[in-house]
Amino acid sequence: MSTATSTPPAAPGSIATARKNAEAREKGLRRRRRRPLMPALIFLVVVTQIPFVVTIGMSFLNWNILYPKDTGFGGLSNYATVLSDPRMRAAMWNTVVMVTSSVFLSLFIGTGLALLLNRKFFGRGIVRTLLITPFLIMPMASSLMWKHLIYNPDYGMFNGILAWLGQTFGFVAPQPVWVSVAPMTAIVVTLVWTWTPFMMLITLAGLQSQDSDITEAATVDGAGAWQQFRFLTLPHLRQYLELATVLGIIYLLNTYDQVFAITQGGPGSATTNLPYEIYLTAFRKYDYGEAAAAGVVIVIISVIVANFGMRMVSSLVSIETGKKR
Amino acid sequence: MNTETVTQAKPVRRKPRRKPGEGGPLGVLAWVLALCAFAPIAFLVLTSFHAEVDAATSPPNLLAPLTLDQYRLVFSRNITPYMLNSLMAAGFSTLLVVVLAVPAAYATAVKPIGSVRGVLGWVLSTKFLPMIAALLPVYLVFQWLGLLDNILALVIFYTGMNLPVAIWMMHSFMAEIPKDVLAAAEVDGASLPLILRKIVLPLASPGIAATGLICFIFAWNEFLFALNLTATKASTSPVYLVSFITSEGLFIAQLSAAALVVSIPVILVGWVAQDKLVQGLSLGAVK
Repeated sequence: MSTATSTPPAAPGSIATARKNAEAREKGLRRRRRRPLMPALIFLVVVTQIPFVVTIGMSFLNWNILYPKDTGFGGLSNYATVLSDPRMRAAMWNTVVMVTSSVFLSLFIGTGLALLLNRKFFGRGIVRTLLITPFLIMPMASSLMWKHLIYNPDYGMFNGILAWLGQTFGFVAPQPVWVSVAPMTAIVVTLVWTWTPFMMLITLAGLQSQDSDITEAATVDGAGAWQQFRFLTLPHLRQYLELATVLGIIYLLNTYDQVFAITQGGPGSATTNLPYEIYLTAFRKYDYGEAAAAGVVIVIISVIVANFGMRMVSSLVSIETGKKR
Repeated sequence: MNTETVTQAKPVRRKPRRKPGEGGPLGVLAWVLALCAFAPIAFLVLTSFHAEVDAATSPPNLLAPLTLDQYRLVFSRNITPYMLNSLMAAGFSTLLVVVLAVPAAYATAVKPIGSVRGVLGWVLSTKFLPMIAALLPVYLVFQWLGLLDNILALVIFYTGMNLPVAIWMMHSFMAEIPKDVLAAAEVDGASLPLILRKIVLPLASPGIAATGLICFIFAWNEFLFALNLTATKASTSPVYLVSFITSEGLFIAQLSAAALVVSIPVILVGWVAQDKLVQGLSLGAVK
C-alpha cells in the first residue's frame, strides 16, 4: 500500500508496481480468508483421509499377523479373495438386502407418520417426542432390548402377546425363536424401528416448508385430499425423500451394533453384513490385507451412493439458504 | 436477527387451545401408532423396575411388584467408570469439534472465496466414507502411538467423525449472520479472534449449542470404535453392555436397567434438542 503511494505517479513502471501490490494484497486477503479453515482441514485430513489411503495401501499386501512369514506384496490377490470368498459374497448380498429393505420400509412408515404429524391434533408434541425416542436410545442398548426383551422365545414381548392371545381365545400359541426362524427380518425390524424417526423428521421438515397458500388455494379450487397430496405435496417432498434415502443408505451401510448384538452375523452367515465381516476378518482372522480390500469395496459402494448424496445435500442447502434471503 | 423483525411485524396470533379429540380419527391414529412404537421402551422401563423372577415369566407379568434392586445392582457392578469414560470421550471431543468448527464455518460462510467453497464439498464427502474402512488403520496407528485403551484415542477419533457434521451445521447457522455487521468489524480492523469472540459467538451461540448437542449424541452412542480401541481402562458405556449379549440365567431386568441408565443422558439431550436433531442428521441440509 505504502509503496504504491510513495512512488511518484509519473515514474515508469509504477502501474506495474501498483498491480503487483494489489495482487499481493489480494493474495494476503485470500490467505486470511483461508486461515481459519486450516486447523479443521488438517485435522480432517489426518484423522479421516490418511487412514483411507493406508487402507488402500494395505489392501495390496499379504498381511496376516498369524502368518508373519508370508507378509509381503500381494498384488490384487486380496481383491480376488474378497470377490470370490463365499462369506464375503454373502456379506455383500446381506448388506444390500439389509440396507435397501430397511431404508425403503423406514422411509415409507416415516412419511406416513410425518403426514399424520403435519396436522393439528391434541398432544402433537408428546406424540412427536414418543416417536423420535427409538432413535435416541443408544443403538447397543436398543439392540439388546430387541434381542432379550422382544424376540426372546421364553419371556419376550412378541411371544408374550402370542401366549396371552392363546390364553384369551383358547388356542395353543406358537412360540417361535424369532432370531433363528427369521434372523434377517429380526435385524431389519430393529433397524426400521430405529431409523423411522429419522426419515419422519426429514419428511416432516419438508412438509412444513411447503407453502400453505398453495394448498389453501387448491382446497378453494376443490382439489381433494388425495389430489393435493399427489400433485402438490409429493412433488414438493421429492427432494426431501431423495435426501432421506441417500442419507439413510449412507448411515445404514455402517450398520454394526445390531448385527453384533442380536445375531453375531448368524446363523451361519445369514445376517453377516460387510462391516461385521470386515470386523471379523481384521480382529478374528487377523487377515489385515483382506480386511483392507473389503474396506475398499465398501468405500467404492459408498462413493457411488454419495455421489448422488453430495449433489442433493448441496442443492437443498442452497435452496434453503436462498429462501432465507 | 432477520426472522425476529419479520415475526414482530406480523400481527400477534394467539395460539388456540387444543381440546382432546381435536384432529379427528387421524389424530387418534397418530396416538395409537406412537404408543405402538414406544411400547418396547415402555416394556423396557417396566422390566427394569421388576425383580428378575418376575421378568422371566411367560406371558410377561406386567403387574409384578416394583423394585429399585436392578438399578442398585447395575451401579454396584461398576457402571460408573464406563459412564465417566463416555462423558469424557463425548464431552472433550465435542469441545474440540466446536473449537475447530467455529472458525472453519466462519471461513466458509462469511464471504467465502472460490476454493473455500470447494473445500466445503470435500468436508461433506469425508462423512460419506464408511467408518469401518478406517477401523484397521486407525487401530494400528493408535497401537503404534501407544494410545490403545486411552480416552485420548476416542477423543481424537470422535472429533474427526463429527467435524464434517459440525462444519456443515454451523455453516448454515453462520450464513444467517447479517453481513453488514461483519463487514463493519473488518473495516474497523478487528482481528479474527476478536470478530469470532465479540460478534460471531454471541449471534451463533444457539447454533453452536445445537451442533454441540448433536456431536455429543453421536459420540456417546458410538460403539464400533469404542469396542476395538479400548480394553478395560477407557471402555465406554456401550462396551459395558457387551457383557449382556450372551449372558446366561436371569439377567433381563438388570439388562433393562443398564440399557436405560446408559441411554438416559442422550434421550434427555435429544428431547431438548429435537428441533435441531434433523438438521444435524441431514448435515445441515434440512432445517
